[in-house]
Amino acid sequence: MDFPAVEVAGLVMRYGDATAVDGLSLTVDPGTVTAVLGPNGAGKTTTIETCEGYRTPQEGKVRVLGLDPVRDAARLRPRVGVMLQSGGAWSASYPHEMLRYVSRLYANPLDVDALVERLGLGGVGRTPYRRLSGGQQQRLALATALVGRPELVFLDEPTAGLDPQARRATWELVDELRASGVTVVLTTHFMDEAERLADWVHVLDHGRLIASGTPKGLTSEGAENTLRLTGPPGIDVSGLLTALPEGTQVVEQAPGTYLVSGTIDPPLLQSVTTWCVDQGILLDGIAVRRRTLEDVFLDLTGRELRS
Amino acid sequence: MSLDFAPRPGAAPMPRMVAAQTLMETRLLLRNGEQLLLALVIPLLLLVAGTEATRIVDLGPGRPIDIITPGVLALAILSSSFTSLAIATGFERRYGVIKRLGTTPLPRWGLLVGKIGSVLLVQAVQLTVLCLVALWLGWEPAGGAASYGWMVVLALLGTAAFAGLALLLAGTLRAEATLAIANLVYVLLLVGGAVLVPLDRYPEAAQTFLQLLPSGALSEGMRTVFEGGALPTSSVVVLVVWAAVASIATARTFKWE
Repeated sequence: MDFPAVEVAGLVMRYGDATAVDGLSLTVDPGTVTAVLGPNGAGKTTTIETCEGYRTPQEGKVRVLGLDPVRDAARLRPRVGVMLQSGGAWSASYPHEMLRYVSRLYANPLDVDALVERLGLGGVGRTPYRRLSGGQQQRLALATALVGRPELVFLDEPTAGLDPQARRATWELVDELRASGVTVVLTTHFMDEAERLADWVHVLDHGRLIASGTPKGLTSEGAENTLRLTGPPGIDVSGLLTALPEGTQVVEQAPGTYLVSGTIDPPLLQSVTTWCVDQGILLDGIAVRRRTLEDVFLDLTGRELRS
Repeated sequence: MSLDFAPRPGAAPMPRMVAAQTLMETRLLLRNGEQLLLALVIPLLLLVAGTEATRIVDLGPGRPIDIITPGVLALAILSSSFTSLAIATGFERRYGVIKRLGTTPLPRWGLLVGKIGSVLLVQAVQLTVLCLVALWLGWEPAGGAASYGWMVVLALLGTAAFAGLALLLAGTLRAEATLAIANLVYVLLLVGGAVLVPLDRYPEAAQTFLQLLPSGALSEGMRTVFEGGALPTSSVVVLVVWAAVASIATARTFKWE
């Protein structure tokens, strides 16, 4: 493919007076896992549902696999797998039955029994959908998105409501999808999920793209990492500073807690500990704190992501 | 077992998709106790009660079982093609099933064909069971094999009209409202829609109106063909008009989400 798997350009979507998506532009490269990250109400679901063909762009343009999701819906449906945030199954249907039914709508479906086992739904048996736990319903929704062997999948909050174990299992599945050449677009408001899974992250807030990059690029951009020291209060901070490279800063945040900022690398760590040896200071703790996507979001918006 | 996620996208052939949809809808319908009550239990009870009906309602001259059976057959068609279909579709919208299926290769018309297919499957069971039980209770239909053929034609026409109305209801109202109205209409038509009680037992002023209802047209058609008559034109015209009007209205108003 010489065009993006997903291309959103200048998308505007309003509900009455509220603007859910405000001039959003982003692309998704084929064969990658792309996370659309943002707090609730950032416009993630509206954007995804527009890509899925549920909504017609009010302004701007959306292309999926080079096609118009509304006009070319019939051509796109066999190629795109969709996991909705909730619902999507008959309340009286059994998971296995539901999955088998959906598999019959596709030409080359996955093996239903294997998929049921893989997603840990084998033990659910004859429990109707309405009595499944939230996590089981999530996993069934994921299975129905994958069963038709799509080349592109949209997963809307795939791990919301999952316990840590099921969450890791879903992550492994996403890794496997990437390895198999499936393009994955997922929304999440979990930073760790985006960092762990995504090749590329688009950070959304108030319907706008506020940052975009690889998880590594985003977390190392701008501010450097910090080194946090704990030990006896009243250490000679200016004395320590003379032992460190130029551009490094040291502050005693609270009595006995020191924050070293600058380029935190192995030589710096050595300089700090050597200086402490010379001064006969025993530190209680040394911790390198890496910048997270959480910090990136905080920097960009002045707000916590999960507020 | 290993899973190979490597993309191999493609839609199943249309007949397979429609068959899958029909089977799934039928399985779910047969699993629903309330729907089974409407589809079979109530018609069977009325059939048995019908043999004793002359003491309660004046059905007119003739053997009660011969008068009541065609009406019960019409009622069975009403239950599956209108009430059950409306309720099931209303809740499918509510639970996002129709939304979800909107992104599978099954086109919307395929979804509708599957629904009608499952209604017709259920009706085949209903009509077979009810006819056999009625015959066992002493029903003596006139008209021979032809009358059963007309019954099938009437069932198809009635289903077209009632299913159109069911989808009109389910596609515009909330699931709870659809549930309430679909059940209410069933009861109202059962009692006062010329379904069980023949048209000529109603006051003359009401007859013209009742004749124009799909329930009246279907039931009178059933009674006529099982008295040995040919398929009455009036029934055909009324049912076709209802089917056409309901389909056009549904196509314009149905909300998939």
